[in-house]
Amino acid sequence: MADSYFRQTALAPLGLAAKATDAPGEAGVLMSEHPLAEHVNLRGDGASVEFLQVARTTIGYALPTEPNTVTEGTNSRALWLGPHEWLLVAPLGTALVATLGRGLAGRAFAATELGDARAVIGLSGPNARDVLAKSCPLDLNPKSFGPGRCAQTKLSRIAAIIAQRDDAPSYEIYVARSVARYTWRWLEDAGSEYGVAIVAG
Amino acid sequence: MKRREARLDVGGRVNRDRVLNFTWNGKPYKGLEGDTLASALLANGISLVGRSFKYHRPRGIFSAGAEEPNAIVQLETGAYTQPNVKATQVELYEGLEARSVNCWPTVEYDFGAAANLCAKLLPAGFYYKTFMWPSRFWMTYEYFIRRAAGLGRAPKEADPDIYDKAHAHCDVLVVGGGPTGLAAALAAARAGARVVLADEQSEFGGDLLGRRDVMDDAPAVEWVRKVVEELASFSEVRLLPRSTVFGYYDHNYLAIAERRTDHLHPKDGAGTPRQRLWKVRAKQVVLATGSIERPLVFADNDRPGVMLAESARTYLNRYGVKPGRRAVVFTNNDNAYAAAIDLADAGVEIGAIVDLRPDVQGPLPQKARARGLEILAGEAIVATHGRNRVQSVEVMLLSPEGDHVHGTARKIDCDLVCVSGGWSPTVHLFSQSGGKLTYDAGRACFVPGKSKQAERSAGACHGTFGVADCLDEGFAAGLAAAGAAGFTTAGISLIAPAVEQPGEAGLRALPIVPGRAAVGHGKAKHFVDLANDVTAADVRLAAREGYRSVEHTKRYTTLGMGPDQGKTSNVPGLAILAEALGKEIPDVGTTTFRPPYTPVTYGLLAGRDVGEMSDLTRTTPIHEWHAMTGAVFDDAGHWRRPWYYPRAGEDMAAAVRRECRAVRESVGIMDASTLGKIELVGPDAVKVLNQVYANAWDNLAVGRCRYGLMLGEDGMVFDDGVTARLGEHHYLMTTTTGGAARVFGWIDDWLQCEWTNWKVFITSVTEQWATVSIAGPRARDLVRELAAGTDVSAEALPHMAIREAKVAGFPGRVARISFTGELSFELSVPSSYGMALWTACVTAGAKYGLTPFGTEAVHVLRAEKGYIVSGHEFDGTVTPQDLGMGWAVGKTKADFLGRRSLDRSDMKRADRKQLVGLQVQDPNAVLPEGSQVVERVLKAPPMPMIGHVTSSYWSETLKRGIALALVAGGHARMGQTVHIPLEDKVLDAVVVSPVFYDPEGKRLHG
Repeated sequence: MADSYFRQTALAPLGLAAKATDAPGEAGVLMSEHPLAEHVNLRGDGASVEFLQVARTTIGYALPTEPNTVTEGTNSRALWLGPHEWLLVAPLGTALVATLGRGLAGRAFAATELGDARAVIGLSGPNARDVLAKSCPLDLNPKSFGPGRCAQTKLSRIAAIIAQRDDAPSYEIYVARSVARYTWRWLEDAGSEYGVAIVAG
Repeated sequence: MKRREARLDVGGRVNRDRVLNFTWNGKPYKGLEGDTLASALLANGISLVGRSFKYHRPRGIFSAGAEEPNAIVQLETGAYTQPNVKATQVELYEGLEARSVNCWPTVEYDFGAAANLCAKLLPAGFYYKTFMWPSRFWMTYEYFIRRAAGLGRAPKEADPDIYDKAHAHCDVLVVGGGPTGLAAALAAARAGARVVLADEQSEFGGDLLGRRDVMDDAPAVEWVRKVVEELASFSEVRLLPRSTVFGYYDHNYLAIAERRTDHLHPKDGAGTPRQRLWKVRAKQVVLATGSIERPLVFADNDRPGVMLAESARTYLNRYGVKPGRRAVVFTNNDNAYAAAIDLADAGVEIGAIVDLRPDVQGPLPQKARARGLEILAGEAIVATHGRNRVQSVEVMLLSPEGDHVHGTARKIDCDLVCVSGGWSPTVHLFSQSGGKLTYDAGRACFVPGKSKQAERSAGACHGTFGVADCLDEGFAAGLAAAGAAGFTTAGISLIAPAVEQPGEAGLRALPIVPGRAAVGHGKAKHFVDLANDVTAADVRLAAREGYRSVEHTKRYTTLGMGPDQGKTSNVPGLAILAEALGKEIPDVGTTTFRPPYTPVTYGLLAGRDVGEMSDLTRTTPIHEWHAMTGAVFDDAGHWRRPWYYPRAGEDMAAAVRRECRAVRESVGIMDASTLGKIELVGPDAVKVLNQVYANAWDNLAVGRCRYGLMLGEDGMVFDDGVTARLGEHHYLMTTTTGGAARVFGWIDDWLQCEWTNWKVFITSVTEQWATVSIAGPRARDLVRELAAGTDVSAEALPHMAIREAKVAGFPGRVARISFTGELSFELSVPSSYGMALWTACVTAGAKYGLTPFGTEAVHVLRAEKGYIVSGHEFDGTVTPQDLGMGWAVGKTKADFLGRRSLDRSDMKRADRKQLVGLQVQDPNAVLPEGSQVVERVLKAPPMPMIGHVTSSYWSETLKRGIALALVAGGHARMGQTVHIPLEDKVLDAVVVSPVFYDPEGKRLHG
């Protein structure tokens, strides 16, 4: 649709699509930029059973209450960011803000669309963990951080949310749109000793 | 000097099939794979490697490891050069180039050696005593001292190598890969723990590599091989050879310098990280750092050829090099006899074993005796002879008390003196961790006392020197560490290999070995610290001059402050100080051990934070357009903002003039996306605004905007901006570009700590919106086109109004906000549409002469209007009243942050610096920003200053220079003439209103 023609992801100027390969070969690290999506920052009383129940009814699955975990529904997923804060991620057109606005009406909450404020970089492959270890102070060993985990952390100087998706391991790295290029450069540089392949997001 | 081949035909860890060429002081030599530079030099018969720091005395290779005080070399040349590396730690590679330092013209004939002739003039504290007076000469002194001091030379070129950093987490970090560390790592790994094993050497094994121990009837290195192989089979074990744990910080955070390509020629390592800084969080730490042999302090103990006994043994057994042809062993303990036996077995003649102890009966001395080696018990070396290498020593009988020598001196020819004064556990990391040391008088050394962190010491660094005991302690420590980290350790089978451990009798500790003349008298020098040329006489002098604290003595004498950080001189120095003070060593104490254990490169600490990655940069969604249009960027915080857009042939001034004219005469466009944006949602949002802004917010209507000043608790302005009311309980605050994070933190802090029950959520949306400012008399014409479907007339959308609108077809907002004083619209769309919006504006605006303008033009235009800017007009010392913005303070408000401070008497002084305009009498003059304003011009500074220029520009609109200034009592000075003294002239200016242009705001409201 015309809309997608006008909209640009943060890394669009890098022309990643043209550089993407289907055959990463020996590359230890696969990098991609995820397409635009709805990212809703949801705030509300995480200590209120009633709020959590209404939220569950609204989105169709429970918001995570265990710190640094992710819950998932059919069309969206929710990352725990704090006791009263979540990040809901869904494909464009889901209209999460509107849905939450209707479902949570009358309660103390804020649902703020931040999909345009972010870039999501996909990082996977056998050396993905080594790449992250160069800038992330968290322990990403499978024993302490596996699929379904997320964390707000720093990659070098960059404030980031990281979430592990699978055992490949594959990570999603959420950063502010304005620092996306710096982040990409950092990760690509850190991965260069393992071989980096750009793949479709 | 005739070159001698000292390499053995067999034995050692070197590869005789792989010959490596290297140059030393410009001459070619050959070594073997597995050599260090030091072992290769010794194999070539080179013992003289450098000149000492102060006296320029000839010095030779003294040790085989990190403790080396003498063999400090300059490695490689040009950009790859490294100063002050220890030849004992440099692994040889093909094509290596190294030189001596601190000597000129050559190491054999050194000009600076004249210093040795006037040694009496260079006592402890020489610099402090000599260069204090007259103080104005210090600059001259310093120049020469700097030239004379220092060892190697730093490279002048940029470092071509790559360095990086990595975080690591483990259950057990084992520091040191000798027998103890290997045992500990094996135990912890078998228990299932995540283990990191780091060792500074190129291969694991520690002291076993330099000895001939037999374990389970095989060479000990075979046991090492098997253990390393098993460790490597665990997926959760990380083996880090060539890695020095150099820092032990709080919460079991340790830093490791891994040398990844230092053992290769610089050209072979290109492209991959040369060194990696590991930042490790360990649940438990096992220190198995071993021990360092101590020298003996005796007359002229610094002559090349004098070497630590165990190091001689290491050169022999690990590198297959005979460090001399005829050796005298000088010891106060049994351990050095093993070196004597090994040397003798390898064909080195043993002139004698000189032992300070009168009675020598331990198993090792007995073995030496049986081997036919001559033991001179109760005797001491009183002199060494030889110019650039020891040629002989003199030995005399030692008194029972050890306070003097007597009898006839016996001269023994030798080219090697192996000394041993006992062993000092390597307690550096333990001490860094905060643990307290205790003194073990029996072994004359400091050992770890109570731990402060989750750490345990094992083996030689714990004062346990026998190899069998070390293995047992290592296994136990590894198991205990794994257990403490939460692993089950019951049932783990650990069988130590069978190994012979000869018993050892006690040592005889003599702080200074007496000689013919008293210390400090006669020509002989008794060196304590070889690296910094500190003698026993220096330490005694310090004590006589009143130094009691070991820390002060260290700094006064420079004991232990050389590149080796006193690894061999610490305990001997303390012993001499204690004796001179008539105290026991524990009462004198030891100096503090600080990171790094051995020097690390700056590159390691910098990692990848260099060049383009040295700091993060933030770019707007429209950045690409700016860059392609040739914009010059202005860095604000981390943001890269277009500063101005020069056209061909334009300099900055011309570009800015053109951009200003466009905004005042037709229409301009600016990327305003970097301004901070915070959404406030909830019924108490207005309460927050009322608190954080000085003005009142209760009556702001939905769809309208208001400007506010944000004050600190001190009443000083720290940020400003426009907040819009988007809905009943929904506000959008804008902040300055640089202040966004601070403002968010400020509000969040209040909400979390003080206003905890307020019903409001704040969310940063800075990055969600791309914002384009369109300003100028033709702005409405353009916006009407772009926001078709929205009434943007002055009636429907007046100044400070905001509407949701389709902008160029994209969902967004239109607001009437002006920072230029012109009719101005802000168009906002979600960031992903930012570039599309901008290009739509540029396309549609072409017919109006739409001109992109940067931050410099904005600054000029706003200054013409007297609008303030953070960092210029307000800098944390300025109140709203000072700025003449009392209108932005709610007089009737019950409270707001900073209110109480505004009532302080100091805030009401009439002579506070206040914001005014300055109209320079020469209309073509543009004052430099920061210029001082004076009332009366004196002949020369200092003259009383009454203010300073905060902003100053050429006003293209007014065709003259304009300036804003903070001037004492400025509001009452309107019409007065003040003066601005510059370097070469004085400019006169009239104090005027800060609003130079359109004071009625007709254009703004247009």
